[in-house]
Amino acid sequence: MRGKIKVSERFMASITWAAAGITLCALLFLVGFILVKGIPHLKPSLFSLTYNSENVSLMPALISTVIMTLMALIIAVPLGVFSAIYLTEYARRGNKAVGLVRVTTETLSGIPSIVYGLFGLLFFVTALGWGFSMLAGAFTLSIMILPLIIRSSEEALKAVPDTYREGAFGLGAGKLRTVFRIVLPSAMPGILAGIILAVGRIVGETAALIYTAGTVAQIPVSPMQSARTLSVHMYALSREGLHMDEGYATAVVLLLVVVLINAVSARIAKRIGGKA
Amino acid sequence: MNRLKEKIMSTVFLISALTSILAVGLICLFLLVNGIPAMQEIGLFNFLLGKEWSPADTPAVFGILPMILGSLYVTAGAMLIGVPIGILTAVFLARVCPKRLYKAVKPGIELLAGIPSVVYGFFGMAAIVPLTGNSILSACILLGIMILPTIIGVAESAIRAVPEQYYEGALALGAGHYRSVFRVLLPAARSGVLAAVVLGVGRAIGETMAVIMVAGNQARMPVSLFKGVRTLTANIVLEMGYAAELHRGALVATGVVLFVFILIINLSFSALKRRAK
Repeated sequence: MRGKIKVSERFMASITWAAAGITLCALLFLVGFILVKGIPHLKPSLFSLTYNSENVSLMPALISTVIMTLMALIIAVPLGVFSAIYLTEYARRGNKAVGLVRVTTETLSGIPSIVYGLFGLLFFVTALGWGFSMLAGAFTLSIMILPLIIRSSEEALKAVPDTYREGAFGLGAGKLRTVFRIVLPSAMPGILAGIILAVGRIVGETAALIYTAGTVAQIPVSPMQSARTLSVHMYALSREGLHMDEGYATAVVLLLVVVLINAVSARIAKRIGGKA
Repeated sequence: MNRLKEKIMSTVFLISALTSILAVGLICLFLLVNGIPAMQEIGLFNFLLGKEWSPADTPAVFGILPMILGSLYVTAGAMLIGVPIGILTAVFLARVCPKRLYKAVKPGIELLAGIPSVVYGFFGMAAIVPLTGNSILSACILLGIMILPTIIGVAESAIRAVPEQYYEGALALGAGHYRSVFRVLLPAARSGVLAAVVLGVGRAIGETMAVIMVAGNQARMPVSLFKGVRTLTANIVLEMGYAAELHRGALVATGVVLFVFILIINLSFSALKRRAK
């Protein structure tokens, strides 16, 4: 009897450890593969300012990624933070709009990126007549990251103790002043953490961009021009199939960007945790 | 003056809050307006249950059953791989992992979650396709890895949310550590764990780029694990670039079908999450 229990304990222990081991191996294998296949092809010519089929430069895509990220954030961050302010500071308990907003943000966060891409193509590119452009891409992405920003801002605002608000009211500040001067600054780290997650999603996005921002390999000088981000660039290379080595080198750069984003977000999360 | 400012800003906040409702409304509207007419023209049954997709033929044939099955098979396979490994890893992180190790493993899982799908795709092309070809199996393996962080994250917090007394009670009754975890904690967390699985299904069925890069993408009824397959998502990306008229409408309608799948999955996810609370 005793022995049987011991055996089953040991069995459960081994499958648990094995599963964790498999997960970690998958990660190491993935990162290792990309590094091994990509690093030998990281040449200076990959970073020249213009793209041609000789150098397969990733620089225009890198710059477009930065611009695209900024554009999407400029649209989505105010909208998201303001919605969160409405939900936590203004809406009354039992307000029907609040429930509806919650359902829609949950719906939005589950929609796959290709459906966003399809919508962006039908609405921004075709119906509004913007064509394949950075602007159409940025608007599509901003809808995609909106739920993320709303939710993290909401959590951050809720975590601000009511005594702060009461103190501000007690000193004679109006509602708006309380929100902008007291509540928002104390919620800032949490909001920032959400924004950084959103940056991660934008940088990694492909399916939502192919048919909205298009795939032209250039540095966009106007928001109405088409341009490809790093992820789209990688996909385009894989479709052409002629420059796979450069594709892996680009993957290394993209991986570095993701690691950087994760490190920053971990740092902020630590600061929030430390405060509480 | 101040009063006016307060009024204006509270309206601005309200309008911002309404944008997400507007966005969902617009997405539904534009998908339906562009997709439904094509479905009608093709015929709903011919569209959903048609076994052939040949937009280049005259007359063109638009049946998406191959893609529906493709998405379902690939998702099922990914779950077969990802669910056991994911849940066991979540158990490991929540109840087994030494603190020191946790500090190294957790960021690793977060990195896995942050890696873009094209990078997964490149990994799949280099590491999986040489072994199993452009096939259903390759897509299942790759997707199985991709959904791991999603399942692990949600399941881990569900297991952590079970009150400590459950575990202590099991120990007091003479159960070993693992027996307490698997027989008491895990069943107590089942709603949350199930929610993790459902979220994983949503991820897998909606994944596009990584699948395109390893699945072969032949628009035909799936024949074998080792043969290529095309998913609903892949169908849209591969052909939207040059499609016109009815073909384009059929692709949007493919998106509508995908959207309906996702809505069903979302609804069950929120229902489960509510039950978990």
